[in-house]
Amino acid sequence: MHGQKAFLSGNEAVAAGVRLARPHVIAAYPITPQTTVIERLAEMVEDASLKTEYLHVESEHSALSACIGASAVGARTFTATSSQGLLYMAECLHYASGGRFPVVMMNANRSLALPWNIYGDQRDSLSLLDCGWIQAYAEDAQESLDLIIQAYAIAEHPDVLTPLMINLDGFVITHTYELVSLPSQEGVDAFLPPFQTVNKMDLDHPMSLAFTAGPAYNQAFKQLQHQALLSASKVILDIEERFGQFFGRNYSGLIETMHCEDAEFILVTLGSVAGTVRPVVERLRSLGERVGLVRIRYMRPFPDLEIRKALAGAKAVGVLEKDISFGYEGTVFTNVNSALSRSNVKPSRLLNFIGGLGGKDISAADIEHLFLRLKSTDDGETVAFI
Amino acid sequence: MLEIRFHGRGGQGAFTAARLLGVAVTLFENRHALAFPSFGPERRGSPVLGFIRIDDRKISDRSSITRCDVVVVLDDTLLEPQVFNGLQAGGLLLVNTDHKKLPISIPDQVRTVLVDATALGRQYLGRPIANTAMLGALAALSEVVTLQSLLAAVRREMKGSSVGKNAELLEVTFRSLGGQIT
Repeated sequence: MHGQKAFLSGNEAVAAGVRLARPHVIAAYPITPQTTVIERLAEMVEDASLKTEYLHVESEHSALSACIGASAVGARTFTATSSQGLLYMAECLHYASGGRFPVVMMNANRSLALPWNIYGDQRDSLSLLDCGWIQAYAEDAQESLDLIIQAYAIAEHPDVLTPLMINLDGFVITHTYELVSLPSQEGVDAFLPPFQTVNKMDLDHPMSLAFTAGPAYNQAFKQLQHQALLSASKVILDIEERFGQFFGRNYSGLIETMHCEDAEFILVTLGSVAGTVRPVVERLRSLGERVGLVRIRYMRPFPDLEIRKALAGAKAVGVLEKDISFGYEGTVFTNVNSALSRSNVKPSRLLNFIGGLGGKDISAADIEHLFLRLKSTDDGETVAFI
Repeated sequence: MLEIRFHGRGGQGAFTAARLLGVAVTLFENRHALAFPSFGPERRGSPVLGFIRIDDRKISDRSSITRCDVVVVLDDTLLEPQVFNGLQAGGLLLVNTDHKKLPISIPDQVRTVLVDATALGRQYLGRPIANTAMLGALAALSEVVTLQSLLAAVRREMKGSSVGKNAELLEVTFRSLGGQIT
């Protein structure tokens, strides 16, 4: 089940994962920094190494609409976008999740205009947290590839049937080349059988899809949708365990922790910046500092139980995110704070660090400074830009 | 951890050099690397950067590279003081130039080697492309990568007649700078 090694960018790793997952339909519109994903996929179609219906659409709105239509006849579908393109899809995001169409999408996290900017932050996807999609955040190219393959198994699971968005930090993951292990096609075929669903347009078994539901029934559908996302928590763990058995790479569910067991000072973050935190945690640990890292891998379903457990012994917690809900605080912080409010144990200090907006670099020295802020007892702002 | 920065102009292959070096050390030397370009719009002729971090274990830090063990300059018109930013004492500065002496003062404790890589590119590739020759020089003058791994990377990444031409160019540059084939 172990395949070849390759030196790929995050976008190329995504394209490699999509090819292995054998989607019937790909519909996408190019946008920096997503473009090389769909360029690679187009090349694969051209050289016949990928057999799929590749639709050249005129917009992101059409790209997702086409995926929804294809998913409605039981096809496995893929699209990819970024930033303004994701926002342009916003109407269709709800159609996909409400219709329970398990579309898989890659989003290259990028800032939103104005001021216009093509670099990475996470305001695009986090501003759409409520659209009913499962949201995963990768840290590197290998995880991006593995998430693509897992995503179909999760999204198409009968208990879930919900679309899934995989987020890669623009440029920092999408355009960075690194060593990636490619699963074999035979392995992926065995791990990920073709999509089967009874909820499809089928002349022999006609049923209503994408229908209207008035006040008498509408909420019942929304409750089912909510339940499906909650159910995804367990499905994700099961799929990851199976993935580990097949391919030898293990993932830790909705969050990943590093040295949290006895940590007094913990940074919670998501995406590629977790990789900058890791060596800082190791270094501070070697100096005797009890620091730790929580990396959120899924923002929906939200890992509230996991976060409460990981932060149970912490004196001070900082949430570092590339996002701000203007006029209040970071959205990740709001979610972490909400999870903690359901628990008896609360850290005495809970700070929100906003950084990396529009691609602003976050260095190891910046991270070390954040741990110092957590250790200090000054009563600075709860929400601070770094 | 080794950190290397390539300076070039769009179209000169600064990032391709970083990526090829990444292929060589990851796939043929069992090491890890992160290779990335200066992010943003790509324009032919404008100054661009290529970066690579190399280590024996997986590298997780993706923040900007601010310190360098080696700086490779593919175009001597880019020789401005900022080229030396972050270059460590004891570091290596490799410059593609047909000058015998650089028109700029070099920081102390930096080992500087000048290579007329454009001429070598013209001779062996038929084009004034300097990146392959500069990788050959890097293999000869440092412990960053072996010639064998670079040759394997060229064979893997290039197609058709480019493979033979670039392999020959690597070997010639490597030998001309005193590299020993083991």
